[in-house]
Amino acid sequence: MDIAKIRKDFPILKRKINGKRLVYLDNAATSQKPIQVINAISNYYKNYNSNVHRGIHSLAMEATQSYDGTRAKIAKFIGVKDPKEIIFVRNTDEAINLVARSLGNRVIRKGDEILVTIMEHHANFVPWQQLAKEKGAKLKIAPINKEGEIDIVEFKKLLSKKTKFVAFTHVSNVLGTVNDVKRLSTIVHRQSSDAKVLVDGAQAVPHLPFDISKIGCDFYAFSAHKMLGPSGIGVLWGKRELLEVMEPYQLGGDMISKVEIKKSTWAEIPYKFEAGTPNIEGVIGFSAAIDYLNKIGMTNVRKHEIELAKYAFGKLSKIPNLRILGPKDPNKRCGVIAFVLNVGLNGTLRAIPPHDVASIMDSLGIEIRSGYNCVQPLMDSLSIGPIARASFYIYNTEEEIDKFADGLKKVREIFQFNSKVKSQNSKTQLKSQKFNNFKF
Amino acid sequence: MDFYREQILDHWQNPQNFGKLAKADLVVEQINPLCGDEVTFYFKFQRVKGSKSQSKISDVSFIGRGCAISIASASILSEVIKGKRVKELERITGEKVLDLIGGPVAPARLKCAFLPFEVIKKLTLPALTSRMTGRQGIDN
Repeated sequence: MDIAKIRKDFPILKRKINGKRLVYLDNAATSQKPIQVINAISNYYKNYNSNVHRGIHSLAMEATQSYDGTRAKIAKFIGVKDPKEIIFVRNTDEAINLVARSLGNRVIRKGDEILVTIMEHHANFVPWQQLAKEKGAKLKIAPINKEGEIDIVEFKKLLSKKTKFVAFTHVSNVLGTVNDVKRLSTIVHRQSSDAKVLVDGAQAVPHLPFDISKIGCDFYAFSAHKMLGPSGIGVLWGKRELLEVMEPYQLGGDMISKVEIKKSTWAEIPYKFEAGTPNIEGVIGFSAAIDYLNKIGMTNVRKHEIELAKYAFGKLSKIPNLRILGPKDPNKRCGVIAFVLNVGLNGTLRAIPPHDVASIMDSLGIEIRSGYNCVQPLMDSLSIGPIARASFYIYNTEEEIDKFADGLKKVREIFQFNSKVKSQNSKTQLKSQKFNNFKF
Repeated sequence: MDFYREQILDHWQNPQNFGKLAKADLVVEQINPLCGDEVTFYFKFQRVKGSKSQSKISDVSFIGRGCAISIASASILSEVIKGKRVKELERITGEKVLDLIGGPVAPARLKCAFLPFEVIKKLTLPALTSRMTGRQGIDN
């Protein structure tokens, strides 16, 4: 894997932020896009822009071919046989909402149970929470162990004959944990034969080589924008026999087979779930992104990220009072490093607020995420507030991790400097200006 | 990064008027869901002598969790408004808040600097000023 060559494909990496060369470490939020993806979208608008599935003219056929042809490419990429099981949606959230509404709504009854885990992104938490609330069903939450992995013993205990849906993430967007989704799916299907399994793959498909068909789940959801593709396009994969009995998610054009004054019948899958003009440019960009990842090879992507994670752990272990969340073994996690940086003030450790960490990092050209990262239940369960997070992808280098580590030292210097000056004073007295007599 | 000046770090390390106020007349909570910052202000009011309608803030405190900028801003604003008439608070502007915390912050951080200011703005809402002698809480 030639990182220097890969970096040349990403125009944005030449950018400067606050006078410094961009170090992009917010890949778990969204990845950057290679020129090949940008060109594919631009080429569509320049040369064959048309609506899909409607016209019989040349442009419509070319656009339709590109659009629907991408299904087969995606199916192959994620290891499923039937391209018709690939439903295009806006993003992972929409894919999960679709399942919760179109199937969950029908099968969940009062007293039933839905099982999720505490490490879920809000996308795979809130739809189930609300569905349970509406139906008078019970939302159960599987805990994690100290390593940041799903507690399998507890997970098993929470399954029952009443369990109708089980939803868990493949890779945690904060802990970085790679869950053994095959084992979890097997456990669910063995213990609760009625239960359907949905896997949130938003953080997995961009980083891991695997076949969805080998997991044994019923649904799998992911987005293009975290894997070099454009935003606004994602995929729901589902087993054909389930997709066929599900009701449409939205109604309108392109999803019907016949419309009469008093009734309508639905189109076949996948079209049944794709009402209206779809995100054609998104699918075409997504197709180019998959070509790009195929060229590199997902095994190489994974290898590169494990190496980066190893390097980062080595480098960061030298920074005192830095708490990193999730598994310590780079082979059990993805390149997501969520952390809390503490500073010693007057003899006690205080967490430097993550927003301030991210602001100072930004001044150094280093882009990281800060906040709840859409996992508030997890943060609450760990009794920590918002956190800062750095996440890697194919174009990141060890040199960038060095800059990141140096940035953290700089952050602490800024937050510590003041306390050194202050320690000569009493604890409560302020050095800076007082405002008691301030006049407006 | 220039906004990590002494004033902000100082107030973050030693927030003034920090803590709950027993028997507060009004409790106002403000959350920034994007970053998870939250502040809760406690107010006690007193009628201004010689005035039938005007009240002043006789005591104020806050608790909260947030970045250095939002906590420093809350600390400084709590000092500024203590003893002031509620009517006077209308004169506080975003610009003044930035002056108070020592200058501008990055655009993405304005929400942090203004989180406590949002609380103060609520005090000047007509619906609230009429209720200021009763003890009650409002959420945003």
